Amino acid sequence: MAGKGMNLTLKIWRQSDANSPGKMVDYKVTDISEHMSFLEMMDVLNEQLVSKGEDPVAFDHDCREGICGMCSMYINGEAHGPDRGVTTCQLHMRMFNDGDTIYIEPWRAAAFPVIKDLVVDRTAFDRIMNAGGFVSVNTSGNTQDANALPIPKADADEAFDAATCIGCGACVATCKNASAMLFVSAKVSQLALLPQGKVEAKERVLNMVDQMDKEGFGNCTVTGACEVECPKGISLTNIARMNQEFLKASITADK
Amino acid sequence: MSQLDAKIPEGPIKDKWTNHKNKINLVNPANKRLIDVIVVGSGLAGGSAAASLAEMGYNVKCFCFQDSPRRAHSIAAQGGINAAKNYQNDGDSTYRLFYDTVKGGDYRGREANVYRLAEVSANIIDQCVAQGVPFAREYGGLLDNRSFGGVLVSRTFYAKGQTGQQLLLGAYSAMSRQIGKGKIQMFNRHEMLELVIVDGKARGIIARNLITGEIQRHSAHAVVLASGGYGNVFFLSTNAMGSNVTAAWRAHKKGAFFANPCYTQIHPTCIPRSGDYQSKLTLMSESLRNDGRIWVPKKMEDVEAIRAGKKKPTDLSEEERDYYLERRYPAFGNLVPRDVASRAAKERCDAGFGVNATGEAVYLDFSSAIMRYGKEKATVMGEKNPSDQRVKELGEGVIEAKYGNLFQMYQKITDDNPYKTPMMIYPAVHYTMGGLWVDYNLMTTIPGCYAAGEANFSDHGANRLGASALMQGLADGYFVLPYTIGDYLADDIRTGPISTDLPEFVEAEKTVQDRLNALINNKGTKSVDHFHKRLGKVMWDKVGMARNAQGLTEAIAEIKQIREEFYKDVFVPGSMDSFNPELEKAGRVADFLELGELFAKDALHRNESCGGHYREESVEESGEQKGEAKRDDVNFKYVAAWEHKGEPSDAVLHKEDLVFENIELKQRSYK
Ligand SMILES: Cc1cc2nc3c(=O)[nH]c(=O)nc-3n(C[C@H](O)[C@H](O)[C@H](O)COP(=O)(O)OP(=O)(O)OC[C@H]3O[C@@H](n4cnc5c(N)ncnc54)[C@H](O)[C@@H]3O)c2cc1C
Ligand code: SF4
Ligand code: FES
Repeated sequence: MAGKGMNLTLKIWRQSDANSPGKMVDYKVTDISEHMSFLEMMDVLNEQLVSKGEDPVAFDHDCREGICGMCSMYINGEAHGPDRGVTTCQLHMRMFNDGDTIYIEPWRAAAFPVIKDLVVDRTAFDRIMNAGGFVSVNTSGNTQDANALPIPKADADEAFDAATCIGCGACVATCKNASAMLFVSAKVSQLALLPQGKVEAKERVLNMVDQMDKEGFGNCTVTGACEVECPKGISLTNIARMNQEFLKASITADK
Repeated sequence: MSQLDAKIPEGPIKDKWTNHKNKINLVNPANKRLIDVIVVGSGLAGGSAAASLAEMGYNVKCFCFQDSPRRAHSIAAQGGINAAKNYQNDGDSTYRLFYDTVKGGDYRGREANVYRLAEVSANIIDQCVAQGVPFAREYGGLLDNRSFGGVLVSRTFYAKGQTGQQLLLGAYSAMSRQIGKGKIQMFNRHEMLELVIVDGKARGIIARNLITGEIQRHSAHAVVLASGGYGNVFFLSTNAMGSNVTAAWRAHKKGAFFANPCYTQIHPTCIPRSGDYQSKLTLMSESLRNDGRIWVPKKMEDVEAIRAGKKKPTDLSEEERDYYLERRYPAFGNLVPRDVASRAAKERCDAGFGVNATGEAVYLDFSSAIMRYGKEKATVMGEKNPSDQRVKELGEGVIEAKYGNLFQMYQKITDDNPYKTPMMIYPAVHYTMGGLWVDYNLMTTIPGCYAAGEANFSDHGANRLGASALMQGLADGYFVLPYTIGDYLADDIRTGPISTDLPEFVEAEKTVQDRLNALINNKGTKSVDHFHKRLGKVMWDKVGMARNAQGLTEAIAEIKQIREEFYKDVFVPGSMDSFNPELEKAGRVADFLELGELFAKDALHRNESCGGHYREESVEESGEQKGEAKRDDVNFKYVAAWEHKGEPSDAVLHKEDLVFENIELKQRSYK
């Protein structure tokens, strides 16, 4: 299928490791089809670099269908680029025009140090989860029958919506304060909405928020940028819910 | 001496697992603290195993190559997970799930394992709900189900089109709890590159820290490989970019037999490829076949008009459409198993009826379902005589609630609106039923080395039913392995920590260093992808949906040739001691280049058609089943387990005869 055959200028952040300074470097790619995904365009660039014996641009990716949360590029000043409701790997070149100059940078946040080029370290998210993003139930197989606990469909659906967060970090990258509130609140909400999660609700929210602060994420000033850039449409109401949960827990905290 | 003792417990099939659990050795809780277990992989199989083993008290080290365990490829599973709960009261039972799985697998799976899988399936759902997995529910608050291909009951639990994500996040949360407690040490961005064997037992691995490039030795009393499937040997597949065979292949080269490498599942409903730059293929979940009808035009002139853009699919009347699955398989219709659906699509496209420019696409059409649901909804809402437009609107709402994210995904990729025009789909490589041979305890032929999830060959025979991989991964990790591994580890309570200074570790580390050095210092002229794409093309053309002796023989020679060129001419930039994704790829492709040859060799030796393995030489010549695949139970009713002996061509075949005591061997019929 004949594409538009776009010629593009790419300005890409290159940084060889966490301790070296980085800089923007210019590249050109030619004859890019509009049907390509953004990452396939990056593959073309890398193939070009490799064929010249140069170091290809490092970037994170795996599933390439918007679900693993690995891909993470800040494109033309927007997390995951100009389209809405998509991850970088789902962004398609039909969003761009022949002759465009595209700026490509890593997520920038103190809590997400650069590993190389466009690859950042997001393990802070894992540590927040380790602090309380679970229901303390053993995998013994001696749990009660699943249908012994009916859950209103509306609650289940709302919990599901919160649970679709892919942990990509776009919310942090987008936020001027580099706050992780949208991510953390999505998990807190999911479990707060379900009876299974209620038992530990208090400790969970306190521990997760505590860890979030330790990791060096900024404060939330409710600018709402995160919601706009979130590829999964995680809603700001989760932050409101978490604030309530946090307040409730802080007032009644008995630890 | 039989090296292939499957260790199937005695007794009637329904008592085997219970009896076995009652008899095997246990390790007491205090002693578990003295035992280390390595788990390679954090997908459904590895994640659930790591969490369960840690809860039981073992010290677990878990490895994954992604930046977080939550990103393992299981995250991408869409449609659902099976369990014999019989919540719908439609006659489901452990026996029926067992029967469907054995039949769906075309009688090439091991009865005892499959029965156990069906037996523990119900518990998986209980477990996941307890963890807070938000499955889809009905208005009454109870769990909802859908149907998948190859079965006549509704036993699939789901969370919209993100079932794998929700289940994996459940396992990840169980892991997170144990990581927080220090019972699991998690190694993200680490890749296992060698298995270490001491005195004939698996005692550790060599791993590379993918950020710093550091080569590390890790020891343990047992090693669990839950490293996923090897569909990427085809270059293009629905698997994630990093999915690979390296962990399993390294174990194979150290003595673990590789079973049925040629059993591959080609999934019927994927988005067709659009160009040479394509890096992967995207699945459209099988659940869509619940509501989508598959067709191509009846008349060639309509095909041509559609390709030329002169007609739209929606212009064709019902009479002008060939709903070929409904025509050929009236009993199962659009819900025939995957292998059958894929071959039927290929048959129509080979006959020239493919509906896109490449001639490799058929329609998956939701218009009937939209109207049906719309009418139902209107009735429920008390709307009398709604207009067609209104019915459509309501119906689209119902479809969106069921499959919204899949439709969005489709639209983002193709720029077409599947609510208004049928989707275009074509088969693509999706899953590998083959894998490391394991006994009933999930142990490979190397003592202390276990394999779980897609990495083993166990339960799906020659074809896996939809929604059964998630079930198997979690069954292995939550409910099977935690028991069976204790039987082996009971002998290790006095062993003490395994030293990584043993010569076996030094030697294994050196092999890895040498291998990586050779790749980096090769300084050839072609990229890793160049070789991977060539391998993929040979695999798809000659070892794909339809195979024959001549093509397979050629494939073996060609793959060997590509492998030789790879070692002469590959260029890997950068260094060993830094973050170097090209080097990671190079190592994986090197292993695919060996596996690919064994794969073709296995396909060549199996001169029968069974499940996903279709030999053009083996089809029914007459009768009601004329033209359908022909299985040969007289000569091939066995698992083919290959022993490594140097080159893939030297691999030696071992057979595990399959005994069917509870299910009568029959030709699969979905007519
Ligand atoms: C698009 C798609 C949709 C699917 N939908 C369904 C569905 O609806 N229902 C269903 O039942 N099945 C489905 N499947 C199949 C199912 O998802 C997989 O078979 C299953 O998730 C595999 O799980 P696993 O734990 O065995 O491996 P994976 O989830 O693939 O995990 C492998 C793990 O091993 C690690 N790893 C691999 N190699 C190494 C190494 N050398 N060193 C260190 N770590 C390593 C990886 O990092 C990862 O953590 C689908 C598959 C695909 C591709
Ligand atoms: S809340 Fe949205 S943007 Fe933030 S990590 Fe989750 S999916 Fe990504
Ligand atoms: S690569 Fe998985 S979400 Fe983009």
